[in-house]
Amino acid sequence: MRLEVEITGKTFRSAAGETHEVLAPVKFALQSGEVGVLIGPSGCGKSTMLRIILGLDREFQGRIARPPEARIGMVFQEPRLLPWRSVEQNVRLAAPGISDAKLSELFRILELEAHRSHFPGELSLGLARRVALARAFAVGPDLLVLDEPLASLDDALAGRLRDEIATLVASRPVMTLLVTHSIDDAIRLGDRLLFLSPRPARIVQEVPISIPRAGRTEAELGRIKAELAALLLETK
Amino acid sequence: MLRLLSFVLFFAIWWLAALFVGGAKLPSPPAVLDVIIAEASSGALFLHLGATLARVTLAFVLAMSVGSAIGYLMGRVKLADRLGDPWLILLLNLPALVVIVLAYIWAGLTEAAAIAAIAINKLPTAIVTLREGTRALDRSLDEMASVFAMPRWRAFRHVVLPQLAPYIAASARSGLSLVWKIVLVAELLGRPNGVGFEIGVAFQLFDTPRLLAYSLTFAAVVLVIETVLVQPFEARATRWRPRAA
Repeated sequence: MRLEVEITGKTFRSAAGETHEVLAPVKFALQSGEVGVLIGPSGCGKSTMLRIILGLDREFQGRIARPPEARIGMVFQEPRLLPWRSVEQNVRLAAPGISDAKLSELFRILELEAHRSHFPGELSLGLARRVALARAFAVGPDLLVLDEPLASLDDALAGRLRDEIATLVASRPVMTLLVTHSIDDAIRLGDRLLFLSPRPARIVQEVPISIPRAGRTEAELGRIKAELAALLLETK
Repeated sequence: MLRLLSFVLFFAIWWLAALFVGGAKLPSPPAVLDVIIAEASSGALFLHLGATLARVTLAFVLAMSVGSAIGYLMGRVKLADRLGDPWLILLLNLPALVVIVLAYIWAGLTEAAAIAAIAINKLPTAIVTLREGTRALDRSLDEMASVFAMPRWRAFRHVVLPQLAPYIAASARSGLSLVWKIVLVAELLGRPNGVGFEIGVAFQLFDTPRLLAYSLTFAAVVLVIETVLVQPFEARATRWRPRAA
């Protein structure tokens, strides 16, 4: 499966009647098994781009090609759980076909077993984010979209969840699109990094990481980070 | 316990007032109870209460279902809102009496005319409440349902309906009290039975004990239905909310 994004422009008309350009031409593609990372400053139009890719915003110029049968798993910036349904129901409603064994496995990996019957209002933000992750993985997605899934979590928890995302992504062929501010998350999870400019967003650098995720040692990661810093300095 | 005390206080004030103004204008509680017992043993009380309750049920269900559907549509679709709004304002401000009299003139002194007239009176408030509820729906949850490709019905049932439940409960609550009031007028004007008809008869005879006997039993039935049906529904619909301390 393959996701092709070819946006030629997106404008937004404010209440005052002025036209703002949100996205400049942006073009990239994503293969099954590949993790693409969008990195850019706050407010550069990343979320708008995701909404277009997900089909939530149809008012743009260009085209998005994704197989119509592709199942989508999404982790929004805020967890967006149904407050009136339990944790387990929240997951099952998105993924009605999931087997009990699979669900238990997911809850075990994300350490949610004790919270199955809790309502989202009773969870901390960290737990709610994990439920959102469980929901996205439970559907068995062909396209997984993660919009800053680790933002505002403490480092230890963010690190654990990042490893869990890596494990889950490795377990099945899925096109993954990750939006993040964190270079660390990007180089640990990504196969291809797309650096975006400030608004209107365009891709300023496309950096592939050829070493497989599992083989990236701390030394390698440090080297990649240094290379990236040099590269980004150059383009500025 | 406090509720019981409140009831006792009500009867005490009534009794005192009855002693003060005299039995012709305000009969004492035992005098009214006598009439209630007499009417109940003859079966007339249940016949009239039953007729009224049947009309209330039919009109209420009709107005709630049609009103909720229209309100939801007007909350979701801008065109429907634009088209429907003038009608809504007209209906909201139309006096109940006008609707009832016109219904009887146009459709005859029939059961259908009575029920339709009651339902039309309740309809606009149901529409307004549900329209507000629909406008307040959380768009971000709609997007979540759409991204996860939830089928329409599942999304409606699990994403939309729980958000509308407090509005439906509020509309049912206010609507029920409105229907209780209007059904008696409709019966007084054009039905040969029901609590409203009996009150009309009592009025013509200036029979205060009979009037109070029927109105109070009717009020008691309303109270029971409120506690047994409406309040548990409200509690269930909001059970996921953190409790107030």
